[in-house]
Amino acid sequence: MENSIWKRIPLNSNYAAAYGAKDSDVDVVAAYPITPQTPAVEKIADFISNGELNAEMIHVESEHSAMSACIGAAAVGARTFTATSAQGLELMHELLHIASGLRLPIVMAVASRALSAPLSIWGDYSDVINIRDTSWIILIASTAQEVYDSIIQAYKIAEDPDVLLPVVVAYDGFMMSHTYELVYVAKNPEIFRDYIPKKVNWTILNVEKPITMGAVANPDWYYEFKYQQVLAMKRSYSVIKNSAKEFEKRYGRSYDTVEVYNNGGKIAVLTYGGLFGTVVEAIDYMNKQGTQITGIKLRLFRPFPLQEIRKVIEDLKMLIVIDRAISFGAPIEGTVAMEISALLHRESIDIPIYSYIASIGQRTTTEEDIIGIVKDAVKLFESGKRISESIYWGVRE
Amino acid sequence: MDIEHKRVEIRWHGRGGQGTVTASIILAEAAIYQGKYAQAYPEFGAERRGAPVRAYTRISEEPIYSRAPIINPDVVVILDPSLDKKLCIEGLKPNGIVILNSGRSLDILRKELGSGVKIARIDATKIALEIIKAPFVNMAMLGAIARVIPIVDIKYIEEAIRESFRARVAEANIQAMRRAFEEVEF
Repeated sequence: MENSIWKRIPLNSNYAAAYGAKDSDVDVVAAYPITPQTPAVEKIADFISNGELNAEMIHVESEHSAMSACIGAAAVGARTFTATSAQGLELMHELLHIASGLRLPIVMAVASRALSAPLSIWGDYSDVINIRDTSWIILIASTAQEVYDSIIQAYKIAEDPDVLLPVVVAYDGFMMSHTYELVYVAKNPEIFRDYIPKKVNWTILNVEKPITMGAVANPDWYYEFKYQQVLAMKRSYSVIKNSAKEFEKRYGRSYDTVEVYNNGGKIAVLTYGGLFGTVVEAIDYMNKQGTQITGIKLRLFRPFPLQEIRKVIEDLKMLIVIDRAISFGAPIEGTVAMEISALLHRESIDIPIYSYIASIGQRTTTEEDIIGIVKDAVKLFESGKRISESIYWGVRE
Repeated sequence: MDIEHKRVEIRWHGRGGQGTVTASIILAEAAIYQGKYAQAYPEFGAERRGAPVRAYTRISEEPIYSRAPIINPDVVVILDPSLDKKLCIEGLKPNGIVILNSGRSLDILRKELGSGVKIARIDATKIALEIIKAPFVNMAMLGAIARVIPIVDIKYIEEAIRESFRARVAEANIQAMRRAFEEVEF
């Protein structure tokens, strides 16, 4: 695919996110360094200093200020980008609600990382799963190429007048953020200008026509504002699908909200992020051994892709969900497993779900672990056991 | 080497400050410039000078999906002679090869590691001190690898080095890499 349009280069996912922001021609970047995200914004600083990107980099003293600055920039019509991880995302948390409540199309890369305490700089999805109720659209990538492409798609989605919600593009801290791999980037970012034209479709602050943003909403109106966000989130689903379709038509790389590997097996393993790659290789191995397993990758976490999930699981005999974060005290502590359980119940579909927790704090998870999880779940299934609680793979009790 | 998957998995062992991670990345970059698929990543937590560091490189003719650490490498590269060699070669595949930075002879190294392990040696420290004037042994190790397991053409390693360093540093690094390519014993 090395040709007149694409340059074939080695990038890690942090750099892929930076290239995605550059090629989306962002106007303002406000960020605070945190491991493992830092190289993403360092790369953007390089692009600005060497003239490849004409943008304003705002140096702030915390992630709280980073998101505040992004909100201010987006509120005057700038295309805005930031990136963070773990505690940084937590520090932003109240602003996340403000960004979405003000309906500002900010895009943020998250190199997903475990939360302190105890301190862990390593990857898991505790930070991303924690922001599920902030009314941000959440895409989870599993390759550096997908990070690059998803950042560009994220602006298409966020700035759509039917959506106007901020978007997170998440990827595994370290296992992706620091892994170099092959990525095709545009030789000339102009090719994206028609796909994401700079049209300010949202309400902005304008001295010619002054308005107030984020004013108090009393009990007689607050509810309606929140309901508008509910509708926007619902509408975003088809926008996300169409943005991927148009991206494929223009640039040749295809994505969906849910992606399937080795379709047709009666047993499936569903997960998200970089771990899906390891699942794919485990599936290749098991298929050679005569056990047909299907892999399901969740690429979209918010809005939860109900229809697509339903389509890919309704003919299964059993489903294994590997979650990479813990929802303490939840009925099922693996969040994605719980959401799929709710969906199945609502749709009166009776498929046993086995919820596994793995790779917490980047605990090593190999193909052997995936095969072990499948064997464990099949054994439970064949002995007629339905497990309603999450199973903690590999933990020392 | 997994002929079926046309994939080679390399595990690097060094100490913080020797350029172990940089070398693992440059090799992957070179493979990508050559038109192959490759992946490189360090094992984190020990980014301190002198602390043992591990890194991984996968190179393949086909796309690479796995992100698991390499437990059974085809090749082990040991940048620091003071590391426990037996510990470093743990999990090495039966037909695998270990490439060492060592001033000792192949015979002595064979006795140390026992039979059943293919060994290649290069005095990378000597080359680094002579050419780079500092004990950055990683470039010499890259040259040794390019010779011992010819999966990446030396000209793409040069390209990757030039992409990663300023011109003057790059030329010294390339010189060290080339000399190791000539001098490696196996």
